[in-house]
Formats: sequence, structure tokens, C-alpha cells
Amino acid sequence: MDFNADHFTLFGLPRVFNVDLGVLDARFREAQAQVHPDKFADASEADRRLSMQWATRVNEAYQALKKPLPRAQYLLHLAGQDVGAENNTAMPVDFLMEQMEWREAVQEARQAGQVDELEDLHFRLRDQIAERYAELGTLFDQQADYPAAADLTRRLMFLEKLQHDIDEALVALEDQ
Amino acid sequence: MALLQIAEPGQSELPHEHKLAVGIDLGTTNSLVATVRSGMAVVLNDEDGRALLPSVVRYTPEGEVVVGIEAQAEQARDPKNTIVSVKRFMGRGLEDIGHVESAPYDFQVAPGMVRLKTRAGVKSPVEVSADILKVLRTRAEAALGGELVGAVITVPAYFDDAQRQATKDAARLAGLNVLRLLNEPTAAAIAYGLDNGSEGIYAVYDLGGGTFDISILRLSKGVFEVMSTGGDSALGGDDFDQRILCWISETAKLAPLAAMDARLLLTKAREAKEYLTGHNEAPITAKLTSGELVNLKLSAEVFNDITQTLVAKTLQPCKKALRDAGLRPTDVKGVVMVGGATRIPAIQKAVGEFFRQEPLTNLDPDKVVAIGAATQANLLAGNRNPGDDWLLLDVIPLSLGLETMGGLTEKVIPRNSTIPVARAQEFTTFKDGQTAMAIHVVQGERELVSDCRSLARFELRGIPPMVAGAPRIRVTFQVDADGLLSVTAREQTSGVEASVAVKPSYGLTDDEITGMLQSSLEHAKDDAFRRALQEARVEADRLLEATEAALKEDPHLLDAGERARVDVALEKLRTVIQGEDRHAINHGMDLLALETNEFAARRMDQSIKRALAGKRVDDVKIGEEE
Ligand SMILES: Nc1ncnc2c1ncn2[C@@H]1O[C@H](COP(=O)(O)OP(=O)(O)OP(=O)(O)O)[C@@H](O)[C@H]1O
Ligand SMILES: [Mg+2]
Repeated sequence: MDFNADHFTLFGLPRVFNVDLGVLDARFREAQAQVHPDKFADASEADRRLSMQWATRVNEAYQALKKPLPRAQYLLHLAGQDVGAENNTAMPVDFLMEQMEWREAVQEARQAGQVDELEDLHFRLRDQIAERYAELGTLFDQQADYPAAADLTRRLMFLEKLQHDIDEALVALEDQ
Repeated sequence: MALLQIAEPGQSELPHEHKLAVGIDLGTTNSLVATVRSGMAVVLNDEDGRALLPSVVRYTPEGEVVVGIEAQAEQARDPKNTIVSVKRFMGRGLEDIGHVESAPYDFQVAPGMVRLKTRAGVKSPVEVSADILKVLRTRAEAALGGELVGAVITVPAYFDDAQRQATKDAARLAGLNVLRLLNEPTAAAIAYGLDNGSEGIYAVYDLGGGTFDISILRLSKGVFEVMSTGGDSALGGDDFDQRILCWISETAKLAPLAAMDARLLLTKAREAKEYLTGHNEAPITAKLTSGELVNLKLSAEVFNDITQTLVAKTLQPCKKALRDAGLRPTDVKGVVMVGGATRIPAIQKAVGEFFRQEPLTNLDPDKVVAIGAATQANLLAGNRNPGDDWLLLDVIPLSLGLETMGGLTEKVIPRNSTIPVARAQEFTTFKDGQTAMAIHVVQGERELVSDCRSLARFELRGIPPMVAGAPRIRVTFQVDADGLLSVTAREQTSGVEASVAVKPSYGLTDDEITGMLQSSLEHAKDDAFRRALQEARVEADRLLEATEAALKEDPHLLDAGERARVDVALEKLRTVIQGEDRHAINHGMDLLALETNEFAARRMDQSIKRALAGKRVDDVKIGEEE
């Protein structure tokens, strides 16, 4: 285990989008069982610090690989492929239009206090997102088409943000 | 030490010695100390066989510090010098504290944390808590017949950084070596999970005297993983008492209460509340200082009515915690009830309805946190055999962020991140030639800085003058396994490093701690200073030994120049150890640590490579089966 290795190497996993989450979980736990500060609670200050740095590193790697969006972003980063996150204008007009419609629907439901409607939006969006992740897996793992993967990842960033906003709206309504 | 002292299989270290370690539940209402003896976690009782130490501290006219039931008995007679529920003030300014009007103290505003004026002088909540901890330390040392190597102290999971820091300071002040700050619901989960061999998703609902926590955990073989946590660090049984007090005042049409009367009626309110667990009606009788008699009956129905919003207030965080974990109530396999206030029938009913299952009330809600803490302390002290251990993955309860333009917060580490965790963020300057920059660290979920808790403000100075936008200032947040934050900042481009470590502004400075240690030394002839020196020597000795052993074992990991520097540091430490200067010893250790940092890292690498090399083989097999 090398502190500066990439996240996949750190856990001894192949560099793919469709990682085996069970194996990832197991590797993460094995690694933490080695380095976690609880294993060094009665150690010297220097060793405690080291262990904290290692455990931090292991957590960081796990977080980056556990969820599909950060994992996609990380794969693109490793491939030297720019995701162009700041560059909204690069998105096709029809996609942006669709986004606008979603956002309006969320806004309306929120203002009208329609929890059911928001929940419906949540689940519909969730299905859409799942479909696109399946596509993304093909682009990364079968076709190694990084520019196309970057494009889809960018869309997914929008969709995940939208999902987050729906959830926030739900929370806001429920907290009232 | 273990990083340097990695024992090869078969090569055993010292003969197995049992280290004295305890778990302490420092509660708002009651505190406990527990330990593991002959493999069993037990709560340590006082001489009269009582396990619970009421968290009440009285400073007597004779200059004594009385803690516990005797102090509690005097609270209505001597309210200003008898501090109850001090946990509510930990890491809190006066403006943060609810019901100030009915809290019968002489508060003093102080930077960061409120102080209390007593006849024994102005006391910080940290000092008062330390007085409670000292009693527990003494109790444990008497029962175990020796000095403690360390303690696990529990804190509410929803405690923020300032409250955690204050708790750790209190333990230090009480002469305790803190092995870990452990979240109370997590401690309960350890006690429950190990006892029942539970696997699956569990919720721990912990309503104590002053705090409420909800944690969602995933229990699997050898791993306790906190998925999310939520709560309210100012909601507990005390608030139910407060509601009853209001009801008494209204119903009996009382004039604004004097300090002694407020304390008396709060005590009566609490008694009534507890009586209503198991009865339909509670009598409330009291004689006020004016001679006026209060004689009322509180029915369970009225009680439920006036406290209904408090019960509801606990369900909101439950919802949020489930949502953060991505779960529904029915995904939860069991709801473990912790804390004395979960005995209230309306609470049990509401929790049962929310999670759609009977909550688990079969364990002692008063003791389970201390038992879990003792179990963890035993593990951390190294008393367990290899294999007979577990991994605990906990989270931070509240997001950490920075103030950005317009008084908005920018989240740097989101809540429910598994700790330890670090995140770095880059900043730059706005003006040409700008050499300083203000950084404001906050904790909380809200968008506006003014709605979050301010943890620290610091100025980064010594940025080399450059054109605006050229400097690259990297600010790193590091949260350790105690859930405590440190922030460092560094200018990257120039090679000139400006680096600072901040302590939250609500924590005490090291000088303040030293000052308190000094005064406790003078007043109570405490041996904290000698202890600290002794501890430093012991640790230095261990470090020397470990380093020497490691050098013997792996000399090939260092080149000649590195080795020479390590030898110099070793020699320096050997010299200062003879002296009386604790700081010089600590400094010597730091120096040696610095010189061996890289060496230790290489040893760690080597050992992990070996460990994981063994695993790879099995994994290949798994891969083939699929
Ligand atoms: N039978 C009972 N019915 C109702 N409430 C009770 C009962 N027994 C104890 N309580 C309440 O439980 C609270 C104390 O619980 P506990 O000892 O778990 O708190 P604590 O650990 O000191 O506080 P915290 O965990 O919030 O710091 C008090 O408010 C007390 O009145
Ligand atoms: Mg408690």
C-alpha cells in the first residue's frame, strides 16, 4: 500500500467504472483495520499522527470510489480527460431545456407544498440517473470512449445536482 | 508506538500485561465510570454501592469541592454555588444557552465560553466538569488499585467541535489521558452489538438529561459503521422539567421565581416527570421561600400535552438521519433506546410509531453508554488479543465550512463524513501585493455564516507580495478520530511557507489550561504537574525503546545521513529526560518523531505490503468463482 498510489491501486482493484462494491467494501475495511487510529491509541504522538494520515487517505479513496459520480470523475481525471465542469455552455440546448423544465416542476411543487409531487419527481429522476450510469459503465469499461464518458458525466453532474435540490425541497417542506 | 513497533508473528512483545483503562460517561444529569475486569465490562460503584454519580458540583464555604448526591441535596439551599447540568454550558457562550432566566447562576460573559461566578471563584464549565471527572478517576483508581493509563470519554454524537474540545480539556485538567472521545450512541451500539451479536442496520435513540442523539449504524462482523447521525445538543429530560415548571408557575399563578425556588420547583418537576412513568398522576407539593405553598396534581394527560412538541422535536432528526443514510424506517432492524428520558412512555410510543416497531428497551439505559466506553477503552489500551477486536468507523455530525464573500458559507467537509477526514481548498488574493488573508471557519448546515457556529478566525500572514490571483493558498481541514478539527494553511507557489494551526476559538488555549492546572495545583495540592512530567518521561522512554528496537530491526530502511540525524535526536532526548522540564522532553520527542517520521512511514508501508500480499491470493479465488 503506497500513500501516493491512485485509489484503485490502493485497494488492489482494477481501474474500471463497474467496480465490485462488495470487494471495495471488504478492501476498505481491511485497510482501515490496519491503519485506523484506534489501533494506535496508545502509541507515540508521531505514530498516532501517521496513522491518522493513513486512515484519512484510505477514507478519501473509499469516498472517491463508493459513489458512481465521483468514481466517474476520478476515472476521467486519471485518464487526463477534462470534465469541463465549469463550462455550462458546452451543453447541448435540448439537454439544457429539459433541465429547465425539471427545475420549473421542482420549483412549482415546492411552492405549492406538494410533497407527493416532489417524491414522484425524485423517483422518476432516480430511474433516469440509474439508466445513464449503466450507459456510462459501457462507455468506460467496454468502449474506453473517454470523451463520450466525459460528456455523459457532465450531464450526470446536472442530474445529481437536481436530485439534491429535490431532496432539499422535500426536507424544507417536511421541516415546516 | 505500534507503527514503530510492528511485531512479527511469533515474536511476542512484553508478557501480556493488563492496562488499567476506563470508560467514562460524562452525562448532563449523571456520570459513570466503567472498566473491563476479567473480560467483563462492569460499572464501578462508589463506597455506598451507587453506580450513578449525579453530575452536580458544589463549592462549599469551607473550600471543599463536593460532587454527586451530597451536592445535589444542597442545590436548592445553595443554588449559586451548586452547579447542575454543567454539560449544557460546555463550549457555549451565554447567548447559546436556553432558559438562562431560570438558571440560578451568576453568569459571566467570557470570550468563547460562559463562566460561572461561585464562592470558589469564577469557574469555567471545563473546570466544573473536571471536578466531576476527578471524582470518577479517584473512584476508578481506588477500585482498580493503580494509575489509569487512559480513559475513553463519551460525548453526544451531535456535539460540535467546541463542545468536544471543551470535554477533552476537562479530561486533561482532571489528569486523565484521553484515549478517545467516543460518541455516546456509538458506545451504546458497541455494548449492545457485542452483547447480542447483532448484524444489520440499527438505530440508537439516546435521550438523556440534556442532549438528544440519533445514530444509524451498520453492524457487521467486527465492524461498527456509523452511517449517519443527527440530534440536538440542547434537548433532553431537563426540557421536560422546564415545561412542568412553566405549567406549575402558570397553574399556581406564581410571581417570577427566586433562584432557590426555581431550583426547588425544578427538582419537584423532575420527580413528577419520573413518577409519571408508571403512574397516571403525580402530586407536586412545595413550600416556597415566601412561605407560599404549592400543591398541585399533574396528570399524565396534561404532561403529554405540554411536552408533545418536545417529543416531536426528536423525530425530525430521526427523519434526517435516515434520509442521510439513504434508508427508510422499515430498513432498521432494531431501535436501541438509551438515556433515562427514554423511559417516558410517550417517547417510547412515538419512537415505536416512527420506526414502525417496538423499540429495544431491554438494556439498562443508564449504564449502556459507560459499558460501551469501557469496552472500547479496553480495546484501545491494547488489552485485547489479536483477532478479538473490532473496527469502529464514526462520522462528524455537522458540516465544516469557510466564510466566503457576502457572509455565505462554503462547505468543505459535509456532515456524516467518516473520520478521520481531511479536505484541502485553494484560495488566492484579491489585491496586488496582498500579504495577509482572513480565514473564518464555521460549523453547521445553514447557508448564512451568521446561522452557523463560528469555530475559529485566523489571519494568514506572510504571503509573499504578488499580483492578485497569483498566490495559491492551500487551506487544509483535518478532523481526527476524536472528531476534532485542526486547520492549517500554506502558501504554495513561493516556497515560502506560512503555516498555522488553529484551535477553535471556543476551546481553551494551552496557556489557559496550564493556568488552571497551576491553580488547581496550588489550591488542592493536585499532582497534575508531577504527573505530566512523569507521563512525559514514560512516553519518552517508550519512544526511545521503540525507536531503538525499530532501528535494530530495519536498519536498511534508512540511509547514512538519515540515520545520523535520528541518532542525534535520540541522544538529545536521552539528555532532556534526566531533567525536570516537561516541555523540553516533549520537544525532544517531537524532534525525534520528526526525524523518524519517514522511517516509520516506510516501516508501515513494508508491513502493510506484507499483510495485503497474503490476502491477494484469496481474492484471486473469489474472482474466479464469480
Ligand atoms: N423513570 C423515568 N421517567 C422519566 N424520565 C426519567 C426517568 N428516569 C430518569 N429520567 C430522566 O432521564 C434524564 C437523565 O438521563 P441520563 O442519566 O441518561 O442522562 P445523562 O446521561 O446524564 O445526560 P446526557 O446524555 O444528555 O448528557 C433526566 O432528565 C431524568 O429525569
Ligand atoms: Mg447520557
